[in-house]
Amino acid sequence: MTPLAELELAISVAASDSDAGRGAATLISIGETVLEHWIIARDEQPTDDEREGFRLLALHRQGAKGEPSFNACRETCRELAYHFNLIDQETDEARQREKLQMMALVAMHLYLFVSGKMEVEGLGEFCCSSKPLHAAE
Amino acid sequence: MNESSKKYQKVAYYPGCALEGSGHSYNTSTKAIGKSLGMELTEVDNWNCCGAMEVKNIDPKIQTYLSSRVMNTAANEMGFDTVMAPCNGCYHNLKKAEYDLAHDEESKEVVDRLSGKAGHGTYEAGQIETIHALDWIKEGIGEEGLRERVKNSLKGLKIANYYGCMYTRPRHIFPEKDQGPGSESTSKPHFMDDLLAAAGAENVDFPLKTACCGGAHTLSDSDMSTKLVMNIIRAAEASGAEVIATECPTCHSGLEMHQIRGEKRFGFQSEVKILYFTQLLGMALGVPLRDLGVHENISDSMAFLQDRGFV
Repeated sequence: MTPLAELELAISVAASDSDAGRGAATLISIGETVLEHWIIARDEQPTDDEREGFRLLALHRQGAKGEPSFNACRETCRELAYHFNLIDQETDEARQREKLQMMALVAMHLYLFVSGKMEVEGLGEFCCSSKPLHAAE
Repeated sequence: MNESSKKYQKVAYYPGCALEGSGHSYNTSTKAIGKSLGMELTEVDNWNCCGAMEVKNIDPKIQTYLSSRVMNTAANEMGFDTVMAPCNGCYHNLKKAEYDLAHDEESKEVVDRLSGKAGHGTYEAGQIETIHALDWIKEGIGEEGLRERVKNSLKGLKIANYYGCMYTRPRHIFPEKDQGPGSESTSKPHFMDDLLAAAGAENVDFPLKTACCGGAHTLSDSDMSTKLVMNIIRAAEASGAEVIATECPTCHSGLEMHQIRGEKRFGFQSEVKILYFTQLLGMALGVPLRDLGVHENISDSMAFLQDRGFV
């Protein structure tokens, strides 16, 4: 699995892929890897299931189980899937590339959000879920 | 005028701590548009902190009590059936307390005990309805009513509407949302879009409208907050927006401050202006910018607004 720290660069590379469809598929895969890092850090096995045709959405659901604050990236994951579909349905290459750029920004947000959550030992310091840390005090 | 519309003409107003500090211009502009629209706001007497994130993380039951005290004052001491909270944090916490008191026996016991100790009545679920400033205008005036009152159309102004993460989450504390046509959506909120469109603005398709701004992490990991904000601003710009409209003082301050920090720390360049939706609606209603507190914003949009004919 690609280390979390290397995914930022991978997003930039995918954003400039000359084949927008391939770039979009790579961004979905990067999104899945980001979520796998979160799930593995919680001592769980990432699911291979899909929801609404996307493993990404199944992984998000798994990652949010017992951790409601993780739902703060639910719509980000859904926007990633939505942009993948937009690019898939778009026939104009210039518009495809525009959408790929936007999809890369959405993927970057997921990456930053999950990285922030994982930064501090004790998972969940980020956002409104610092309870595990306070409980340890 | 329907029932909600009538009910929202006179509501209890709970500004919360942020609107007395960093979000002062949100307070000013909310009151100014209320006055312009003829809607009466009565501030909750002797209100207290809603419990915010800090108290909630240490003891959620104390947060429930603190929010319940605000609702008790508004409902049982002041006689209101609706309390309006423009801050996403306050709105979220009052809704959460309402949910807890309706569903959790232990929360009810704690609130009853602490209310008794503090010497005031106990709030019971269902005694008041908590609404956001967006509900207040959307239901109280509506898009048609707003269109009729517009004096300076926001025509040509391209806006990315940013709702932040607390306006719709967690979904179970907002039972009135996701109820089909006319109701707010938790996955793709649109009330701010609807109101600003009625004022003439052009809303852009913005994919990060409910994404995290890193607000809670702004002191403990400023770089991460800055990067999250830079990403939101980049996405807004890539969507074609000139302005990001906000409806939460924490998000708003975060966007403003990290836009500047991003420039200093990461050489980030951006022309996007950050304005509260109440300031934008106020502009459309012909309220002077000074009365909307636009000069108090950290994000300096005066030259831009002058250029666009709003000064």
